[in-house]
Amino acid sequence: MADTQRKDTSEQGKFREYCREWLANNHPGEPGVRLPQSPLEIMTNEQMNYLQQWQKSAYDAGLVGCDYPEQVGGSGRKDCQRIANDEMLRAKTPYFPNVIGLGMAAPTVFYHGQDALKQRLLPKLFSGEDIWCQGFSEPGAGSDLASVQTFAKKSGGKWIVNGHKVWTSLAHFAEWMIILLRTDKSHKYDGLSYFVVPIKSALGNGVTVKPLIKITGETGFNEVIFENLEIDDSYRLDELGRGWQVAMTTLLHERGAGDLHTPRAGGLKSKSAHTSNAISLISLAKEVTRNGKRVADDPIIRDRIMNCIIREQGLSENQRRGRVPELLDHPMRIPLQNKLLSSEIAQEIASLAMDIEGAASSLYVGDENAPAGGQWPLAYLNSYGMTIAAGTSEVQRNILGERVLGLAKSK
Amino acid sequence: MSNNTYGFDQDAALLKDSARKFFSEKLPVDKLHELVANDPTLGRAPRSNWSEELWQEMIDLGWSMVAVPESAGGLGMPAVAVAGLMEECGRAAIPSPMLSTLATTYVLAAAEAIEPLADICSGEAATLAISGSRDAWDLASTEVTYNNGKLSGTSYYVQDVDKVQKILVSAHSDSEILLFWVDKKSNGVNIDLDTIVDLTRDQGRVSFEAVEAKPISFKGLSALVEAMPKIWMLVSADIAGAAEWQLQTTVEYVNARKQFDKALGFFQAIKHPLVDVMIKVDETRSLLYSMANSISASPEKATQLAHMLKASASDLAGFASGRSVQSHGGIGFTWECYVHIYFKRQKHSQMLFGDASWHRARLADILIGPVAA
Ligand SMILES: Cc1cc2nc3c(=O)[nH]c(=O)nc-3n(C[C@H](O)[C@H](O)[C@H](O)COP(=O)(O)OP(=O)(O)OC[C@H]3O[C@@H](n4cnc5c(N)ncnc54)[C@H](O)[C@@H]3O)c2cc1C
Repeated sequence: MADTQRKDTSEQGKFREYCREWLANNHPGEPGVRLPQSPLEIMTNEQMNYLQQWQKSAYDAGLVGCDYPEQVGGSGRKDCQRIANDEMLRAKTPYFPNVIGLGMAAPTVFYHGQDALKQRLLPKLFSGEDIWCQGFSEPGAGSDLASVQTFAKKSGGKWIVNGHKVWTSLAHFAEWMIILLRTDKSHKYDGLSYFVVPIKSALGNGVTVKPLIKITGETGFNEVIFENLEIDDSYRLDELGRGWQVAMTTLLHERGAGDLHTPRAGGLKSKSAHTSNAISLISLAKEVTRNGKRVADDPIIRDRIMNCIIREQGLSENQRRGRVPELLDHPMRIPLQNKLLSSEIAQEIASLAMDIEGAASSLYVGDENAPAGGQWPLAYLNSYGMTIAAGTSEVQRNILGERVLGLAKSK
Repeated sequence: MSNNTYGFDQDAALLKDSARKFFSEKLPVDKLHELVANDPTLGRAPRSNWSEELWQEMIDLGWSMVAVPESAGGLGMPAVAVAGLMEECGRAAIPSPMLSTLATTYVLAAAEAIEPLADICSGEAATLAISGSRDAWDLASTEVTYNNGKLSGTSYYVQDVDKVQKILVSAHSDSEILLFWVDKKSNGVNIDLDTIVDLTRDQGRVSFEAVEAKPISFKGLSALVEAMPKIWMLVSADIAGAAEWQLQTTVEYVNARKQFDKALGFFQAIKHPLVDVMIKVDETRSLLYSMANSISASPEKATQLAHMLKASASDLAGFASGRSVQSHGGIGFTWECYVHIYFKRQKHSQMLFGDASWHRARLADILIGPVAA
């Protein structure tokens, strides 16, 4: 930490102090409700209300949207979101509920929306008053995203939307959706256009949201069905037929490779919301026994824990080296690894935690004897969400191979 | 200049850049192959193939004294700059006593041995004789003893010994380990070169028969302990540079070679593992510069980071080598194809000064604590 501070610009340094002081006085405290491991599994209004209040207070204090211009509800600072994120992580605040909004919708609307639309939508996105969701995937279009079929038909100055989106996280709370639509059936890529759609106000009136139950038993993602939903042309981002290019902005930011830093809070540790890093495996391994000895003394487990710690350290050092142009061979080489590595490392850590727990790893959330409240099996199950969502690990490897190494395209 | 550069400043960038240009001009891979791979005979007598003239040019550029502190007459460049230079030595798979000389320099600097450092500044190359026949990376493993002003016994796995003038020897003396600076030509010093897999290095056993010597300073083992993280850094940098060569060379090949009407790189069984090689190179490089920077910025973390680094680098060395040969198919299995030169250098570097599980075990001792008895 001392290391990063020394490298702050004077604006960053002052802002860091401000954040620190504000957080010392305004941490929202222990939630009265059980929080899930990530915002993608928020199920109840109580959870959502608590988290929305927290995001609003952080926004009002200037810790969200720091790098966006003031006209769109940001604070017009330079490279300061990183600083706020650092400090929120240190202060172990809860996460923000509007993850899709902050991470994907905001940069997309910002880069591709008209001024009036930005000014109208972004302030409430940053404050968390409007929750956003992302309507990309469909039953027939997953990894091959450009094959989406949900169709928008022009009718006067309006569009009539029909189709079926799936796996839509947070749609059950969302006011708005960013959506990739087909406006022309004769061109795969150039037939796509990108819109923002108000969905909550259209529920029962052209939009149906049906929750889906995840592998963990939680809800959080949904099917969203459009039946003759009428939307205004002013909700279109960028030109007609440029949907694919706009979607690239969304995906780049979703995968942590965009140029706008996503506001991110987190690190709150309570029994129910337990963050899982490799170091925490050490204390776990000291508590459990195997063959009459501490698991922490088993050479193979020791080796595996160290391997996780090294991979985790390597990933965080990647972020740092990513800021030293002299030590980079290709500008996208490190950024495009972020999502792949963070999800795979988290998976490996959770899997190892279960091996360390041994027989007790069979005990799940709700069992009073489950170590750590059953959070590790839950984390392991949830980890597959991360290696599948936002482009699967296989798709990430295709992208890295093709875009960075220049290997032959697989399509 | 961005403000988050690991202390990797313009001088460091310049050094790395000019090393890269120098090697690609003076010893491109076809020349390297002619130089080191001129005799494939299995069971051939040990030999060290290298270009002394090239080494002399490297000395003239000041590279052999980059790590000698300014106070001892050297260039005193920071570890991040040295790491950059070593990365380029690895990328070129350069046969030279560079790694050994820099490694020795770090031990001498830790021991504050001014006169031997002056020898390095005068252009002499040096190496470490610190390993016994077993448990070579244990600093207590040396089988050389010091009695009545004389060294006796044999040192094993001495790197680049054919190419150097001086040897830094560790020896047991009563209850402690001390360090000695020995001229290779001294009476009683005998060298037997090993037959090794790696074509770009030489290695040998050095025996001492009543060789007269004096300890270089009151520091012995402690100087070695202090220098080891930097030595792991040097080997890891070499591995990272060589692995990037393996990656780029293999990518080039699988883009050019067609089977089933497609460039090989189209197939995910080829593509995805190459991406994983790239990911591992990046992990190692990021740990490399972080570790190098920690030497001055947060020295309390240097040993830990160095174990992480060499563990990562050793895994990288094995993995990148395997993929490079496998992805080349039959041609990759021949003596004629250049990939074997790097394959063999990497397999050597992989074990040199401790392999991955050795380093992870040491790291576990630090982070978890020793295994309960
Ligand atoms: C927790 C979670 C949250 C999500 N949230 C959202 C959301 O909010 N909005 C949204 O739009 N979508 C969301 N998704 C959907 C997600 O983006 C898709 O599931 C994902 O892109 C994969 O598509 P698919 O499920 O159709 O799988 P498929 O594309 O059918 O893939 C099945 C398997 O085949 C592999 N595969 C496919 N193509 C290739 C190829 N070319 N090469 C190699 N292997 C291949 C995949 O890697 C995978 O292993 C979410 C998913 C999850 C799990």
